[in-house]
Amino acid sequence: MSILAIISSLFLPALISCILLFALYKKVDAYGAFTEGGKEGIRLSISLLPFLLGMLVAINILRASGFLDAFNHALAPILSFFSLPPDLLPLMLIRPISGSASLGMLADLTATYGPEHFISRAAAIIQGSTDTTLYVLTVYFGAVGIKKMGRALSIGLLADVAGMTIAIIITIWYFS
Amino acid sequence: MVNLIWIFMILFGIVYSIFNGTIDDVNTAMFEASTQAVQLIIGFIAIFTFWLGMMEIAKRAGLLDQLTRLTRPLLRKIFPDLSPSDPALGFIMSNLTANFFGLGNAATPFGLKAMSALQEQNPNKNSPSRSMVTFLCLNTAALTLFPTTVISLRMSHGALDAMDIVIPAFLATCGSCITALLLDRLFWSFSKRRKKV
Repeated sequence: MSILAIISSLFLPALISCILLFALYKKVDAYGAFTEGGKEGIRLSISLLPFLLGMLVAINILRASGFLDAFNHALAPILSFFSLPPDLLPLMLIRPISGSASLGMLADLTATYGPEHFISRAAAIIQGSTDTTLYVLTVYFGAVGIKKMGRALSIGLLADVAGMTIAIIITIWYFS
Repeated sequence: MVNLIWIFMILFGIVYSIFNGTIDDVNTAMFEASTQAVQLIIGFIAIFTFWLGMMEIAKRAGLLDQLTRLTRPLLRKIFPDLSPSDPALGFIMSNLTANFFGLGNAATPFGLKAMSALQEQNPNKNSPSRSMVTFLCLNTAALTLFPTTVISLRMSHGALDAMDIVIPAFLATCGSCITALLLDRLFWSFSKRRKKV
């Protein structure tokens, strides 16, 4: 596992060095490009705020009302059969439907358990390794006027289930 | 869909808290959540500015085009219906490369162009062609090297090493992509067999 840890910490500096060396070789104005791209980054982050805020408020209301705990508690016996922490279930259910809602849930779990907890890590890996299937299909098919999603939807959702299962197994294996 | 879920979450939470006697907690939670969201976005600004800046250098230096060219042979295997000179292939490659580096917003325009190029050759305009299904399966499986939002969120919460999830997340995303592609092939051969009978 220590080799993976070394790769993990060397990965980003190596990637950045590659990009910069390539820019030097191609005589690109790297600093100018960096600041241009950075502006786009600021715009993008700010535009995310209303979505994230709206979803975080809704999730926090559900959590503060005690409903999320009751829900998790009710499902705990079934989920523990699959050795799945019940706290991950709301995130897994909403992940294919809304990216900002699942991001809000990830934020909530990370704040509740701390970033080094197994649940936070598993949630982060689930969020990072899957996409908002329904949103992607709606936007892409909608743009060309196709109304029948057909097998694209079944494959997308099945792949989500598989991806989340793999994500949890990998989290257990990688961080133990 | 998202609209209804959102309304339901809030209304249901409020009604539940009235019966559960937790209405005061709900009152504080609303405003705590708003503050929390703003703090998170400040963390996002840090990462997004840095990462999109780096990616802009890579784009201008032609690094993304280079990668697109490298993945061409692989993509031809994944999309057997498309001819090697098909314009859709170029858009598909740019879309997947942008997604791969965590540039979701840059990826969408390429993806939409790929879809309309595919739709032009689609014999039945109301239902998706085989290549469209394959393309969207790859997109929903989210082959990402660098999940920007997740990493910035972990940094905002003071993770000791926010990058520690990059490798496991990459392994997981590879797993879901391979699953999606296998399912796609499987479903496709089933539907072909059904048509023959």
